[in-house]
Amino acid sequence: MPDTAASLPEPVGEARGTDRLGLLGRLRHVEPVALVWLLLIVALLFLVVAPLAKLFAVSFETQGTGEFTLSNYVTAYGRARYVDALVNSLTLGLASAALSVALAVPMAWAVSRTDMPGKGLTWGVVMGAFVMPPYLGAVGWMLLAGPNSGAANRFWRWATGAEGPLFNIFSFEGLALVIALHSFPLVFIFVKAALDLISSEMEDAANILGAGTWTAMRKVSLPLVWPAILGAFVVVFLETIALFGTPALIGIPARINVVTTQLWQFFEYPVRVEVAAAYAMPLLLITVGMIVAQKLLLARKGFVSQTGKGGERRPIKLGPWRWLLFAWCALVGLLSVVMPLGILVQASFAKAWGRGISLDNFTLRNYQHLIFEHEMALTSIWNTIWFSASAATMAVLIALLVAYIVQRRLVPFGDALGFLAMAPFVIPGIVMAIGFYAAYASPPLALYGTAAIIIFAFTARFLPIAYANSAAAVRTVHPEMEEAARILGSGRLHAIVHVTAPLLKKALLGGWLIVFIVATRELSAAIFLVGPRTRTMSVLLYDLSEAGNFEVLAAFGGLLLLITLVLVGIGMKLVGRDFMLRRN
Amino acid sequence: MSHLSLRGLTKAYGKMVIVDHINLTLNEGEFVSLLGPSGCGKTTTLRMIAGFIEPTDGTVEMGGKVISMPGSVMPPERRQMSMIFQSYAIWPNMTVAENVGFGLKLRKLPAAEVQRRIAEILEVVQMGHLAGRYPAELSGGQQQRVALARAIVVKPAVLLLDEPLSNLDANLREEMRFEIRRLHNEFRITTVYVTHDQAEAMATSDRIAVMHAGRIEQVDAPHLLYTRPKTRFVAGFIGRTNLLEAKLEAGEIGFDGVAFQAGQVDASLNGANRSVLLSVRPQSIGLHRTQPAGATGRPVVPGTVTQRVFLGETWDYLIQPRGSGIKLRVTAPPLQVHEVGEAVWLEFDPRQMALVE
Ligand SMILES: Nc1ncnc2c1ncn2[C@@H]1O[C@H](COP(=O)(O)OP(=O)(O)OP(=O)(O)O)[C@@H](O)[C@H]1O
Ligand SMILES: [Mg+2]
Repeated sequence: MPDTAASLPEPVGEARGTDRLGLLGRLRHVEPVALVWLLLIVALLFLVVAPLAKLFAVSFETQGTGEFTLSNYVTAYGRARYVDALVNSLTLGLASAALSVALAVPMAWAVSRTDMPGKGLTWGVVMGAFVMPPYLGAVGWMLLAGPNSGAANRFWRWATGAEGPLFNIFSFEGLALVIALHSFPLVFIFVKAALDLISSEMEDAANILGAGTWTAMRKVSLPLVWPAILGAFVVVFLETIALFGTPALIGIPARINVVTTQLWQFFEYPVRVEVAAAYAMPLLLITVGMIVAQKLLLARKGFVSQTGKGGERRPIKLGPWRWLLFAWCALVGLLSVVMPLGILVQASFAKAWGRGISLDNFTLRNYQHLIFEHEMALTSIWNTIWFSASAATMAVLIALLVAYIVQRRLVPFGDALGFLAMAPFVIPGIVMAIGFYAAYASPPLALYGTAAIIIFAFTARFLPIAYANSAAAVRTVHPEMEEAARILGSGRLHAIVHVTAPLLKKALLGGWLIVFIVATRELSAAIFLVGPRTRTMSVLLYDLSEAGNFEVLAAFGGLLLLITLVLVGIGMKLVGRDFMLRRN
Repeated sequence: MSHLSLRGLTKAYGKMVIVDHINLTLNEGEFVSLLGPSGCGKTTTLRMIAGFIEPTDGTVEMGGKVISMPGSVMPPERRQMSMIFQSYAIWPNMTVAENVGFGLKLRKLPAAEVQRRIAEILEVVQMGHLAGRYPAELSGGQQQRVALARAIVVKPAVLLLDEPLSNLDANLREEMRFEIRRLHNEFRITTVYVTHDQAEAMATSDRIAVMHAGRIEQVDAPHLLYTRPKTRFVAGFIGRTNLLEAKLEAGEIGFDGVAFQAGQVDASLNGANRSVLLSVRPQSIGLHRTQPAGATGRPVVPGTVTQRVFLGETWDYLIQPRGSGIKLRVTAPPLQVHEVGEAVWLEFDPRQMALVE
């Protein structure tokens, strides 16, 4: 036997005596992983720690001189208008979250537990609302329910002869509704996942004691998914208070000031980044506080009783009621996807969108203008694609290395790396952007107006998504897979390249696509960092809305939608139908 | 010639000592099992041999050269070893042939030679017809065979197996036991086999090292472990036994009215009077309805059946010698039926007893 093994290098007795070699001997055993670890630390410090630290520091500095001062906080909270914005944000967050829950919970229950027809359609609605960039829905609703020329309101006046509008989108309720119509998929995904874990036997147990279908639902199923509902509520709340696009599009014309739009105003010339930093602190504190509180709350046992292994699951027979539920799902679909998109597409092909659908109103002029005449449209599309692709690549690469090092326990304190990679999860995008602005816009790095600052900000912002994805992927590859390669003669790097990487390929591709897609529509982090030549599609869309040419705006929205659909289509083809809805 | 040896090999995590100064030497071509209950440190030991874990004390030597010691571990890929993992670790993205050929390609063998050896080894493990399949299309037993083929095709200096059969169902496990031994007879690779199943260890091994709480209690051929256990743990872990407190006095061993020459148990047993612990196997005790003639050196005592269980292949009786507090487990063939409460005679065979610590 050993004769043929001779093609491997002979084992040498090098080990003996290396302890006497002291430092030199030790250095030879420093694995390359230590170097990677160092690089990762540097990257994470640059992407996560420094911007936050700078944000914090700057909030106590005098503009120009950098001397310590508290005056930024005084300025930030000294005017009723600024404090009102904070109150508005919180109220808006609560309203949108409550509305989202009201919209989504019946849908989740219907799809998960009942024999409601049209479940595939409902999935389509959820998916559609989820992948649609939020500000597109907002533009659609501006066209639908503007008080005077909104299509729905004109129809209402024509049908009833009434004087006033049916619904004014430029109002607090309008704002909350538009946000909820975009956010409800999160609630749906959370709650459906929880409901899927409850076995029918739980409900049977209630039935046998005399509870009817509705009582069982109210007393058993819903309480069991309460943590999921609460979790989704918190997430929607936090997303809402950090949202910039919709409040800017709808809130500013309606004179509803929220924290994010106020922050934007601090950035109007002259830029007052110190005051913005001070003003952003509550947003950061609320987000961190609520996520920590939620973690602590859910860590308590008793809530996790739905871990049961499924058991038998039968859909509940609803009889005629199932059509009511179906109507609800259809209505949500109509409001969230069909109507806003419909009017958007119509307007994009119209000479004057208010004139409705007719042949003499049809034109390709809007698209033609954008593609062939507009100086920024194509540039912004190209910017968006390569910024997002670069950010997605960097985020996935960093996340993969961190996940690998943490899970294989290759270095002491690896968990700290994982913590840093997840930290941006609790930082609102807009706060992150201000941090990046404060840290890197001015010299020494002077990155303002460059592509780099946007790419770095996107990387940092979406690092948690990439990390959650990578960690889940690495977890599925048993360490023995790699060890089997190593014992056969392959070095650690060779084993990673030839065994681990091919096994992770699909999951990583999925993670990359998700980051890429969410980056292509990111607005709040981009708008603070773009320069004249680095505008992204989302920023340009916002610019167009300020210019007020709704037909061109709609056409640009149409382009954005087309790109999103193509990307999502590629993702579904490569990774699986539900790849964006998977929860890690 | 000693091929692989562990000297004072130790692994501690913080204050917790998982493997405690174990010594073990394997000869070239020998098959040794590490047998012990769950959590006793078998996997840790095996992974120290493979080079995945650095010892906190002691060394691993192969062919007389140190390959592991605290602070300096030759990486696994340079050890010329092979390992079979509990999870098989068959790479799902490669076909059977690609899995098996992985190690050969790393050795930079010519392509034709690689193909020939893949085909050859797949024939040996009766998987030749499945070379193009992916692992997901194989049964558990077939995956196990792929893992075996992948490990032995590179003709390793040492083959390591970590509970390779624990994921298989009972029948398959028995089949693969013999398969592993057959392959060993064919290739004579020095092998360390980790298991917690004593039947598995007995069926496959030249020698078995019984581990308990991080220590090796005894290393011996399977039949010697059974007939000559050296410690209380080994006597109880390998088969079943009666452990009896006895007295060694003037060259005689005695307990509860039974006495015999100490030399019958162990010729080298000497001197000082003291208490000793005796292991008496249930099937070494004769069970009789009437008083037997009693050959020389075979003590006989009367007793009463206090409990019985029929196990199919044997009767399992619990018998209390007359005037004694102890209860002895005695097995008897299915046709030898005694009622509970019946008076019986026990006949001991000192040659089948062992003194344990
Ligand atoms: N990295 C570690 N840190 C701390 N303790 C560990 C570590 N790895 C193993 N142990 C402990 O060492 C003990 C022995 O582990 P080992 O895996 O060697 O047992 P084993 O004999 O292979 O058991 P089994 O039959 O269950 O596989 C266990 O109690 C385990 O909890
Ligand atoms: Mg083990």
